[in-house]
Amino acid sequence: MIALNREIIEIAKELDVVFFRQRLKEHAVKIGMSVLNQTKLITASSELVRNMLKYAGGGQICIEVINEKMQIGIKVTFEDKGPGIPDIHKAMQDGFSTGKSLGLGLPGAKRLVNEFDIKSEIGKGTIVTIVRWKNGL
Amino acid sequence: MNNALADLLLKNQKEILEQWMKNQLSNNTLREDLMSNENLRRQSQELLDLFLKAVKKGNYDDLNTREYEGIIEMLQGISISRAQQGYSPKETAIFVFSLKEALINTIVKADGDSKEAVNSILIINNLLDQLGIITFETFIRGRESVILRQTQEINEISTPVIRVWEGILALPIIGTLDSARTQIVMENLLQEIVNTGSSIAILDISGVPAVDSLVAQHLIKTVSATRLMGAECIISGIRAEIAQTIVHLGIDLSNIQTKASLASALKLAFAMLQLEVKKGERKIIK
Repeated sequence: MIALNREIIEIAKELDVVFFRQRLKEHAVKIGMSVLNQTKLITASSELVRNMLKYAGGGQICIEVINEKMQIGIKVTFEDKGPGIPDIHKAMQDGFSTGKSLGLGLPGAKRLVNEFDIKSEIGKGTIVTIVRWKNGL
Repeated sequence: MNNALADLLLKNQKEILEQWMKNQLSNNTLREDLMSNENLRRQSQELLDLFLKAVKKGNYDDLNTREYEGIIEMLQGISISRAQQGYSPKETAIFVFSLKEALINTIVKADGDSKEAVNSILIINNLLDQLGIITFETFIRGRESVILRQTQEINEISTPVIRVWEGILALPIIGTLDSARTQIVMENLLQEIVNTGSSIAILDISGVPAVDSLVAQHLIKTVSATRLMGAECIISGIRAEIAQTIVHLGIDLSNIQTKASLASALKLAFAMLQLEVKKGERKIIK
């Protein structure tokens, strides 16, 4: 995998989310991603960044344009130093929420992207990585 | 030793002021167009007085004490008033920093390059840096409060409730729908339903860039609240890509009336009110 372009954005307050979404959109437009895939990527990222703000109070996001096996795509890594997720299996189920929301954030985001990886350690934080290919389904 | 430094500065007060003024007048960032030299002199004199008063007791590093209240207050005042007059924050900071040179010159003249002189210079350097930063901080705080006020204003302005027909309200939502925004939208909408006795409200989300589960949740809440008031809610402006994204996310909007465009939502609203829009026969007036 080759990373072509890299940008790191710090998230600390609600206004940062808007900025992050704009930057992400710019990257997606630059590689010529279709509007549908752009929307899917942005919505998935939006879910994850909201989780980050709500449960960990902020964190760091890394946007990368990557190239692998003749296809180009965008990889976004969300890293926070929050409380961590006790039961990832449960958190990935539809309708499960500890915070009075719809409980669709994590499972919904997974359905919207091509690759989804989540690692969490109690008391240390959570890292979520998503990849959306330019021409992926 | 520290008190000796304060005494030295106090003794040479006049000289310091002269030197400081000279530094300021010779600096090419001097803004004679914005402030006359007499005014500048008065301001400098006052600041120097307060500065000497603050260091009198030998406190050179803790700015959170009573001695420094006066000078900090004055610096904040200068920063704000200069910003309003059109000074850049750099020019305001240079005003403070140029005092440093005058103070250090005095120390060098008295103590030469002895160890005490080096120490004193370091102390003065640190102190003046801190004071200079205060002007920056004040400037930024002023700007921030303006931005915050504008954000609030935008929130309030950008949620108009439009009466498109007798009994039909339209509410175009533009921008990101967060919790605070939803609160304003909901309040405006519910109030307008009461005021106009409307029975149908159309929420148009064409201007919302991304609909994630939180936005959807806010929409569902708004629709439920509208229903409790006895009015029906139609959501319009759902673009093709947003429709697909909502399905993948797994959000269930099936018990809410949705339409792709505001026009079709209006048509539905007319049908619900049993109104008909007809093309009239053109009457030729002679």
